[in-house]
Amino acid sequence: MDSGIVRMSAADLAAGIAAGDLSAAEVTEAHLGRIEAVEDRVHSFLHVSAEQARRAAQAVDAQRAAGEPLGPLAGVPLALKDVFTTMDMPTTCGSAILDGWRPPYDATITRRLREAGVVLLGKTNMDEFAMGSSTENSAFGPSRNPWDLARVPGGSSGGSAAAVAGFEAPLGVGTDTGGSIRQPAAVCGLVGGKPTYGATSRYGLVAFASSLDTPGPLARTVLDAALLHEVMAGHDPRDSTSVDSPVPPVVAAARQADISGLTVGIVPELSGEGYQPGVLARFAEAVELLESLGAKLMEVSCPHFTYGLAAYYLIAPSECSSNLARFDAMRFGLRCGDDGTRSAEEVMSLTRESGFGAEVKRRIMLGTYALSSGYYDAYYGKAQQVRTLITRDFQAAFEQVDVLVSPTTPTTAFPIGERVDDPMAMYLADLCTIPANLSGNPALSVPCGLSPDDGLPVGLQIMAPVLADDRLYRVAAALEAALDRRRGYPLLDDAKGLA
Amino acid sequence: MPIAREDVAHLARLARLALADDELDHLAAQLDQIITAVARVQEVAADGIPPTSHSVPMQNVFRDDVTEPCLPAEAVLAAAPAAEQQRFRVPRILAEE
Amino acid sequence: MTGTVSAASGPSAAVEKGAAVTGLVPFGDAVSRYDPVIGLETHVELGTATKMFCGCPAVFGGDPNTHVCPVCLGLPGSLPVANRVAIEYTIRIGLALNCQIASWCRFARKNYFYPDMPKNFQISQYDEPLCVDGWLDVTIDDPGAEGGSRAIRVGIERVHLEEDTGKSLHVGGTTGRIHGADYSLVDYNRAGIPLVEIVTKPVDGTGELAPAAARAYVTELRDLLRSLEVSDVRMEEGSLRCDVNTSLSPRGSGVWGTRTETKNVNSLRSVERAVRHEIERQAAVLDSGERVVLQTRHFHEDTGTTTAGRGKEEAQDYRYFPEPDLLPIAPSSQWVDAIRAGLPELPAARRARLMGEWAVSAREFMDIRNAGAVDAVAATVAAGASAAEARKWWLNELVRRANEAGADVADLPISPAAVARVAELVKAGTLSDKLARQVIDGVLAGEGTPDEVVAARGLAVVSDEGALLTAVDAAIAANPDVAEKVRGGKIAAAGALVGAVMKATRGQADATRVRELILDRLRA
Ligand SMILES: [Zn+2]
Repeated sequence: MDSGIVRMSAADLAAGIAAGDLSAAEVTEAHLGRIEAVEDRVHSFLHVSAEQARRAAQAVDAQRAAGEPLGPLAGVPLALKDVFTTMDMPTTCGSAILDGWRPPYDATITRRLREAGVVLLGKTNMDEFAMGSSTENSAFGPSRNPWDLARVPGGSSGGSAAAVAGFEAPLGVGTDTGGSIRQPAAVCGLVGGKPTYGATSRYGLVAFASSLDTPGPLARTVLDAALLHEVMAGHDPRDSTSVDSPVPPVVAAARQADISGLTVGIVPELSGEGYQPGVLARFAEAVELLESLGAKLMEVSCPHFTYGLAAYYLIAPSECSSNLARFDAMRFGLRCGDDGTRSAEEVMSLTRESGFGAEVKRRIMLGTYALSSGYYDAYYGKAQQVRTLITRDFQAAFEQVDVLVSPTTPTTAFPIGERVDDPMAMYLADLCTIPANLSGNPALSVPCGLSPDDGLPVGLQIMAPVLADDRLYRVAAALEAALDRRRGYPLLDDAKGLA
Repeated sequence: MPIAREDVAHLARLARLALADDELDHLAAQLDQIITAVARVQEVAADGIPPTSHSVPMQNVFRDDVTEPCLPAEAVLAAAPAAEQQRFRVPRILAEE
Repeated sequence: MTGTVSAASGPSAAVEKGAAVTGLVPFGDAVSRYDPVIGLETHVELGTATKMFCGCPAVFGGDPNTHVCPVCLGLPGSLPVANRVAIEYTIRIGLALNCQIASWCRFARKNYFYPDMPKNFQISQYDEPLCVDGWLDVTIDDPGAEGGSRAIRVGIERVHLEEDTGKSLHVGGTTGRIHGADYSLVDYNRAGIPLVEIVTKPVDGTGELAPAAARAYVTELRDLLRSLEVSDVRMEEGSLRCDVNTSLSPRGSGVWGTRTETKNVNSLRSVERAVRHEIERQAAVLDSGERVVLQTRHFHEDTGTTTAGRGKEEAQDYRYFPEPDLLPIAPSSQWVDAIRAGLPELPAARRARLMGEWAVSAREFMDIRNAGAVDAVAATVAAGASAAEARKWWLNELVRRANEAGADVADLPISPAAVARVAELVKAGTLSDKLARQVIDGVLAGEGTPDEVVAARGLAVVSDEGALLTAVDAAIAANPDVAEKVRGGKIAAAGALVGAVMKATRGQADATRVRELILDRLRA
């Protein structure tokens, strides 16, 4: 059923296309075929743009035939989270309020991908406006985990993760506001990176929480993630918060895969009670493996990380309550209840009520509360101070160690429906990933095996100093190589949900 | 200090959400639970700690005062729920501000 | 949950009661018993090439929705990037208003829903404005004061930068007003144009001069902004807009009353009328034992009155927080110094200089200024006329014509250079004052330069003594009895002979010279 092509890495596909062993057109066809075959079970995509993908692939083949230089990922298909604007495809953010909206402009990430010759297969499912950890908050139904279709693929970038884990695409792009790349990567057995805040452009990324949102790569291998990272990153004058400094050498680091002499810090605050035993077991083994590969281990306390979740659930909803105010039925998107007698105010309220899902409304309400006069200092103001303290914890830790590690998530993929109406339980999925969002540090999740209690993937999170994203790839690549050697075959061969 | 139903109704008006009655009750309970949990930030000893609003330590990021092409009017109005005279048609507006 | 959120709900009973008082107290009576306190919030659209946060042109008008992009339309995913020149202009204004320039400040989001505001928040500045704590000296006409004028120093609370909103056209209903309209049409061309808000501290102690003080402040501010070249400050096009705060304090009580904020005050005259009306209205409210209600009011140009805005059901809660899409602004001292060094001569300094150069009194200068002729006189002097000549022609002649035409004197179709040339021709004796007025008529009528008008209309004074003497002799011969009276010492009778000569020369002779020649002849 699957051709070998869909199981190939992005690096191998790009090399094959560059060498003329493969055409971009056949690579695209193979993935469109795979989508056709499994999409009704996994539901990774909200929109598949087969025709545009074919045209983009033909353009790459023509470019090669003409002897023009190709980008490092030219002809490689990719699944783009539906939170980035695209002129030739709808952009819904998983929300009914944007159903059918076609933006008149491309996001910077979209443009960079196109310019690199990457073939956009379509737009992937997500929790509405990136709020959630399971894709169950999508207005268009949940995506499913290719390891077990009864379980969530994580979120909010769950559609991109499911597409890559389900071999519908070798690469996916997600966004990470509180863990929305790393957590789905962990529960789908993928590599998922959150670059340093500001290293990847937010222009054209429909904002959830502006000071936290970070676009990043999802892939099946560390090298593939690094190749995509390098294409995505770089200064963008259209984003004031974009960092104007050279992209760290992530691809070289992924190829180097050598951690001898590196000091690895273990954060005790990101462990212990509430963590699934199988997750902790695999994490502990991975840490031992790192030591055996030449790393020095050290426990480093980050005392304020325990307040990260609380601070995050004040800051992110506050920003989202303001960012989502523009969805008001006046200029684009859904409009409800405009019967000629109702006022603009009433039409706005009716549209927002019916166009937003429960979680989005919950967070808008929470943010409205946290910013209202009389509460600002006690909630939003205090959360911003906690943010400073968490940043200081990171800075102090990196004076002692080169990278920090923790489990990416407290548990493996949970069953669909289990946490839908229990927001606090859902929020716990981001417990370990949130600190790096609050501080802006780069972090990455890399698979560290299957949990012995349920046979589902476990992720190890690596965190590095700001703008030292290359260290993430160096450590991840070393661990990946060691685990692959020990196992003898790629981890995702064990994913049987779509078999 | 539990959050009252009328407070939730007030927040919904501020946020332009026409919440149904049952939704108000349900949300009041959930918000109360979440607010209790996030109020943990108040336990932190943070006297004299400056707030962080941006994790990027940069300032003075400006643009030159140089014009760029605008969108064509058709593209601007293509997504409008209603348009008339090349303008966005919106329901009657109650009052200024 | 307690505090502002819940306490603010429900319409206030005071709104109903306060609104019930509709009478006015005559102005003189009102200010004899109450001291007005005024405050002004002025919005100025900056004259940058592009908008505040995007590269769309920041120009007035244009076909609807043609000066927009994803950023100023607030489309999902778009991000703002601040315009360096707009920040520079704001600092320029702050320095000219003697403000402190913040060494570090941020933009904030002001959250409220309104269809003409694309993001449903306005990027503004809240507790960290770019400029604070300055002042502007203004001069008010005060017939009772020594020199006929009075100087006051208006404190400036803050100068901050924000973005403008779109514009709505209200369709249906009766008058195109917002109330009673069936629906509205929104054009976002104006959305995102940089807007500077200048807020005064409360101004008290001006008594019955409060309306004039408000007007004088806005006039002075407008002149200042124009000299800074940061805005075209056209009130009729909305690039300068005023909100006027007024409150009354019972005379001698020292207790300030509740203020109202009157919006939509869009001409200098309206600023004065709005304050005057609010004083008369609030005095009536207070006289009847009611309280003035803190509210927004709208000014109506046609009637000169204000009406209450919609009673707000709930207090506004703008939920300000630092704009996460923009980074802090930290103007370096070098930058601020460079901007300071580039400031032009400011109007007050210029006025002092011109008063000296023209040798006029404060009162006389005020007349020129009130006539709107300062620039014209200065340019005429620069073109070679003496200050006295320039003043004479602009104030005596051209101001009258402007008034007749209902136009601003500066907008008359005559250049200062042309006025200077007329003055020069008079000085040279080529034109009499009477002829000069005809030349001005010709220039205003579009007949060309003063020299062209003189040539075309044949208006030069007859200065050929031979021709004049012939005309004089003819007049004496034709009026022997008048000539006899003059010879007999009745010099005043010579007027009839002068008139006869002027008639004979079709007015083109210099009457003074004619008179001299007649007296010479008859004395001989
Ligand atoms: Zn624009």
